[in-house]
Amino acid sequence: MTSALAPIPTSVGAVGAPDTAAALTAWISTEVDFCSLRHVARRSESVEVRDGVVEPVSTSLDEGVMVTVWHQGGLGYAATSDISQSGIEATLAQARRWAEATAGITVIDGPPAAAIEAAQGHFETDVTTPWTTTTLADRIALLTEVESQLRIDERIVDSAAWLQRVDTDSTIVSGGRLAASTGAITQRTRVVHPGMMAVANSGSNTQRRSFGGGSFNGQGGVEILERFGFGEAAPRVAEQAIELLDAPNAPTGDMHLLLAPDQMILQIHESIGHPLELDRILGDERNYAGTSFVTPDMFGSYQYGSPLLNVTFDPDVAGQMASYAFDDDGTPAERQYLIRDGVLERGLGGAISQARTGLDGVANSRACNWNRPPIDRMANLNVEPGDSTFDELVAQVERGIYMETNNSWSIDDSRNKFQFGCEYATLIEDGELTTTVRNPGYRGISATFWRNLVGVGNRDSFTVMGTPNCGKGEPNQVIEVGHASPACLFADVAVFGGDQ
Amino acid sequence: MTAVEPAVAPNPQDHFTALVDWACSQIQASETLLATYTGEDSDFVRLNGGAVRQAGSVRQRSLSLDLIEGSRHADGDIRLSGDMAIDQARVAELLDQLREIRAVVPEDPYLLYATDDASSERIDRRAIPATDEALAAITAAGSGHDLVGIFAAGDTFSGFANSLGQRNWFQTATFNFDWCFYLRADKAAKNTYAGFEWNDSAFGTKVDWSTQQLEALKREPVELSPDNYRTYLAPAAVRELTDMLAWDGFGLKAHRTKSSPLLRMATDGATMAPGLTITEATATGTAPNFSDTGFARPDSVTLIDGGQLADQLVSPRSGKEFGVETNGANTWEAPSSLAVAPGDLAATDALERLDTGLFVGNLWYLNFSDRAACRTTGMTRFATFWVEGGEVVAPVNVLRFDDTIYRVLGDNLEALTDDAEVLLDPGTYHQRSTDSTTVPGALVSEMSFTL
Repeated sequence: MTSALAPIPTSVGAVGAPDTAAALTAWISTEVDFCSLRHVARRSESVEVRDGVVEPVSTSLDEGVMVTVWHQGGLGYAATSDISQSGIEATLAQARRWAEATAGITVIDGPPAAAIEAAQGHFETDVTTPWTTTTLADRIALLTEVESQLRIDERIVDSAAWLQRVDTDSTIVSGGRLAASTGAITQRTRVVHPGMMAVANSGSNTQRRSFGGGSFNGQGGVEILERFGFGEAAPRVAEQAIELLDAPNAPTGDMHLLLAPDQMILQIHESIGHPLELDRILGDERNYAGTSFVTPDMFGSYQYGSPLLNVTFDPDVAGQMASYAFDDDGTPAERQYLIRDGVLERGLGGAISQARTGLDGVANSRACNWNRPPIDRMANLNVEPGDSTFDELVAQVERGIYMETNNSWSIDDSRNKFQFGCEYATLIEDGELTTTVRNPGYRGISATFWRNLVGVGNRDSFTVMGTPNCGKGEPNQVIEVGHASPACLFADVAVFGGDQ
Repeated sequence: MTAVEPAVAPNPQDHFTALVDWACSQIQASETLLATYTGEDSDFVRLNGGAVRQAGSVRQRSLSLDLIEGSRHADGDIRLSGDMAIDQARVAELLDQLREIRAVVPEDPYLLYATDDASSERIDRRAIPATDEALAAITAAGSGHDLVGIFAAGDTFSGFANSLGQRNWFQTATFNFDWCFYLRADKAAKNTYAGFEWNDSAFGTKVDWSTQQLEALKREPVELSPDNYRTYLAPAAVRELTDMLAWDGFGLKAHRTKSSPLLRMATDGATMAPGLTITEATATGTAPNFSDTGFARPDSVTLIDGGQLADQLVSPRSGKEFGVETNGANTWEAPSSLAVAPGDLAATDALERLDTGLFVGNLWYLNFSDRAACRTTGMTRFATFWVEGGEVVAPVNVLRFDDTIYRVLGDNLEALTDDAEVLLDPGTYHQRSTDSTTVPGALVSEMSFTL
């Protein structure tokens, strides 16, 4: 490999120097079958006010390069934060050595055709109101005001409001002996995570209420705050935390369960998203994140849910957390139905998993950062809206419960037996929301739970959300994913309350 | 597999020392600078079905700076290149940025940092195997088995420096092979082999144990109904329970804000079993003995003493807020070297004492089902067996438990084994973990399984 090339321009001062792609492309080698260089530069700012005190404001600049090499049937990677000329050169050589060392002993013999298409393209978050229109002082003032509105009662023993912004610029260049050309992809995402919480206590009873459990976030600018009503939410969050202190425990028994979008996000994630990941089905995750109750023969015929269930992989939703144009293997991303009218059609797997299984997949081979290789991940995984208003969903329930905001999640390694808990719930009696109850939980089995879906909300309750904390992979990776859903109604669910 | 020589990297301690010395030279007389350096040079080889799924290396270094003037300060993190010219430019830019932020933020009433010089150095680099040599041994051991897992090896390091002259350095070279032999579906023998020196005999013993467990898994599994069962929890399963307690159970802030899952121990006099003692055992653990604010950590902090709530982990910030002396805890006030004192049940007698009930090798995906009551749910995973008359009868299909830890490690805890096992954390989020847990097995008279 050549050693007379320029270093990658450092992004200090501005994420994503414009000549990064050109500098990276110069390192592409035709001495190997295929290689890619993925440069990631990420800048973030975190501001938090807790109990009237501004917590230390923190900033972060992260930057590094992942080199992937396919050669002689082997696959190797090397990642470095050393973006100097010597650093890139050593990393390229290291990735090639790994490829040569693994030739003939990998799970796949050489790159699939779809993995060596050197793609070209660009993606950029659509920002309506950039953060540059505000100052740090503005952001501190906003959070100070919001947090002060949470301290409404002496029984509020802890409260906080925070705002995190993450700007990520990713550049992928690829080419090599087997590639018809050299490709370059640039993607720029701007993500906002607003949050707040109020902790209320009375004796040994503590109740916590939050702003969507951390799910009210997405790509964009200041407008993300407006989308979720961040500026107006604090009084309700605090009042409900206090209300829960004196509320009775949730009842125990089988009943109708109406889930708000900020609980549906978890239900979708754990019992649809993870089971449909092709790398889990292939067994890659058996030592850590687990396997799946879904088997390859189910695709095309398995009745995953009731006919009301429609689930899409949708990287095109404006403002959703994991919208993008290409995955980290460089595969163009497009909307696909995974489940249509309740029937399982397609899995969540990128080019390599598709080649290994012979199944259709999606462009979801993603890495959490420059220092981890791509694996099959959820991106935007959404339950499509139905035709019921929220009131119509409530009206059809004789005895049931409405739960909001996830606070507990547990599921077996096949993603089948689950138990989830929520922050806040209201009983439904004779078609009306009645009594607030605390410590609500429910349990079920994925393989049967979705078949009891008896009502799907329309666009009025459809909410576009996301989570930054999906963990998986060896070495471990935590990544942001998007979920959107309306309120959904399930029949005959085992519900329970807390111990106190 | 042919040898993969590591990429040559600058000595991280030299890089740390030169960079923080330079950074400290860039501050003004009225300023104080705190600097925390972390990094790793690691190899990762991921296996599925005995074949390599992904193999590669990660080289990374980071620096966190806290720039203080009076009671005003700001934090910032940068990724380091290792190239001094690039890194000095990044540090200079960050210092400028922190000064701009500091001019905006109010005074911080909870700012606390070390002013006594507690410099230290701990370097433990013994004989971790070359990755290709370890993989040769691993693939040989896995021959004929459905082997899945990850081998990780290399150096991890962290340093602390301040402009008052304190310097701390911690560096270890370790390996961690975390693997399963799979039988079918979700039935597998899970094991780990980790440490500072590779020993073929020790590894062979681990492999033999997994092979024997795999044989037991071949029996027809039984499906148990939800019920209360007498249960033996192997050390790896006990670790999952202590990990839950570590989630806000031992931190001062969580206790003072009434958010601790051990709230009832503080408010209602709830207790665990008299034989249960839990410590943050820094002296015998594998994590750094200094905090990211430069405070030295004591050798041991007793968290549960004979079933009674004892001390808390106190970060400098919580210490200042609540008027308690810090013991060098991290920001999250979670233990890094948790140890449960062993009991008096001979580990070899555990099945006999269990008599009839469940042998649980691993638990999985725990969470609180009622946090304030320390009620916890989770799944059995990998190898769980039904035992009758002290003999393994059959593997058990996965079960969900939902019970309070006050019962499991309290009223219903019959015994702890006399052989606490040291489990090095295989975690690799962001970078390889240096945490460890030392736990015995636990015999529980009754545990509630719900699904």
